[in-house]
Amino acid sequence: MGIETSCDETAVAIVTGDKRILSHQILSQKEHEIYGGVVPEVAARAHLHHIDHMVEAALGEAGVSLPDLSGVAVTAGPGLIGGVMVGVMTAKAMAAVHDLPLVGVNHLEGHALTVRLVEDVAFPYLLLLVSGGHCQLLVVEGVGAYRRLGTTIDDAVGEAFDKTAKLLGLGYPGGPAVERAAAGCADVKAARKKFPLPLPLVGREGCDFSFSGLKTAVRRMVELRVQETPGAKDVPGLPEDDIAAMCASFQLTVADILCDRAGNAIAEYLKGDPAAPALVVAGGVAANKVLRAALEGLAEKNGLRFVAPPVKLCTDNGAMIAWAGVERLRLGLTDAPDFPVHARWPLDPDAPVASRKSERI
Amino acid sequence: MSLRTLRIKDEEDMRVLAVRLAQILKMGDVLALRGDLGAGKTSFTRSLVNALAPSEEEVPSPTFTLVQVYERQKPAIWHFDLYRIEEEQDILELGWEDAIRFGVTVVEWPERLGSLMPKDRLEIDIQFVPDSENERDVSFVPHGRWVTRRMTDE
Repeated sequence: MGIETSCDETAVAIVTGDKRILSHQILSQKEHEIYGGVVPEVAARAHLHHIDHMVEAALGEAGVSLPDLSGVAVTAGPGLIGGVMVGVMTAKAMAAVHDLPLVGVNHLEGHALTVRLVEDVAFPYLLLLVSGGHCQLLVVEGVGAYRRLGTTIDDAVGEAFDKTAKLLGLGYPGGPAVERAAAGCADVKAARKKFPLPLPLVGREGCDFSFSGLKTAVRRMVELRVQETPGAKDVPGLPEDDIAAMCASFQLTVADILCDRAGNAIAEYLKGDPAAPALVVAGGVAANKVLRAALEGLAEKNGLRFVAPPVKLCTDNGAMIAWAGVERLRLGLTDAPDFPVHARWPLDPDAPVASRKSERI
Repeated sequence: MSLRTLRIKDEEDMRVLAVRLAQILKMGDVLALRGDLGAGKTSFTRSLVNALAPSEEEVPSPTFTLVQVYERQKPAIWHFDLYRIEEEQDILELGWEDAIRFGVTVVEWPERLGSLMPKDRLEIDIQFVPDSENERDVSFVPHGRWVTRRMTDE
């Protein structure tokens, strides 16, 4: 069983060692379109309110009872500490009562290993984790062994999509909204020429990302267009074609940035001479077809297999934590009943600091 | 109430301003950062956190995590982004009371604070300059004890 309460979702799932997902319960965040964002489930009490019910639902869906489990895995960080505590205390109580092995999982490790729940991918593989809160390139060398090649200096890529959608008056979540609008653009090349955007860090060494400047550039692009358009006072006053073209330009710009940085990471990863080189893309942003096609092309060009787990396993969920638990249990990596929780918990504590300064070297 | 506005010419200029402000910060201080998306609130905070860090440190956007705590600094710096928050109660759950008592607090989208807004605070408003890409107008609006406090950059 895997329990995830580190962020906006309360999720519990049960998976087997032979990669079957017996249950997959997620209580999702409340979406509020008026704010152009998600109202986060900050309150630990909300997780507390739901967790027992979710555990029961997961057991019911799987048709098993607690003593049947071979172990309980739970996110022990990073995340909002109140929520993490709720999951961890629940897991510890169940493990204590039924004498089950206990595994404290790093949330990011859950994302990193998920692909092995659905595909046979051997270590080491290169992982691009792109979501609302993360944008990282990691070499997954094994369970518990991660080498971070790059991360975002400022905003995550999902955040760039959300904020661009907001600036363009599109709905939430920003990723699908921008993708939908961009699909209405007939001439992508012309769109890019008409609405050029900067490519932060592209062409430089290293694998770090920066999306904050892009956000500011999108803002400026939108404002200029409003000024240039006769009769348009604000964004809703802009012609639909312009919105579509701006979205298309933004999307391709993000694709170029991801491919440039991932390209550097591939070169670094291949230095280790992996037996079965693979690029794994995880996180909600991987659902974007334009980005996915660009990354797939990049992998192919470099002789890497391209794998992306299904979207329902890419966003936060319990199955990824359960699977990380399976991987850890197999290696005998269980935790004592007093294991701590962590608000901050990098997968690779030795990674060099990502900053503009380090990129300039 | 005094108000002071500075014209900042680029990101480096903004960094220098943040570094100078960092020098006078002490336990219990609250900086309320206002400004639209992309104005440079997080970038300003990054410079501030790094000015007080023993060695360079990653300062990612807190939009998703809601709060980031930098504990290598003494006192710790709490960086809140309340953009996604809608209930005051939720802000308390993020450790707000510890932050304003024992830390230096930097808060983006302070309008979400409602009745939790501290009496003593320095509001920093970062505004775009029309027709300029890199320039910003930064206004300082002191409240409570900040009104009589000396700022080194004045």
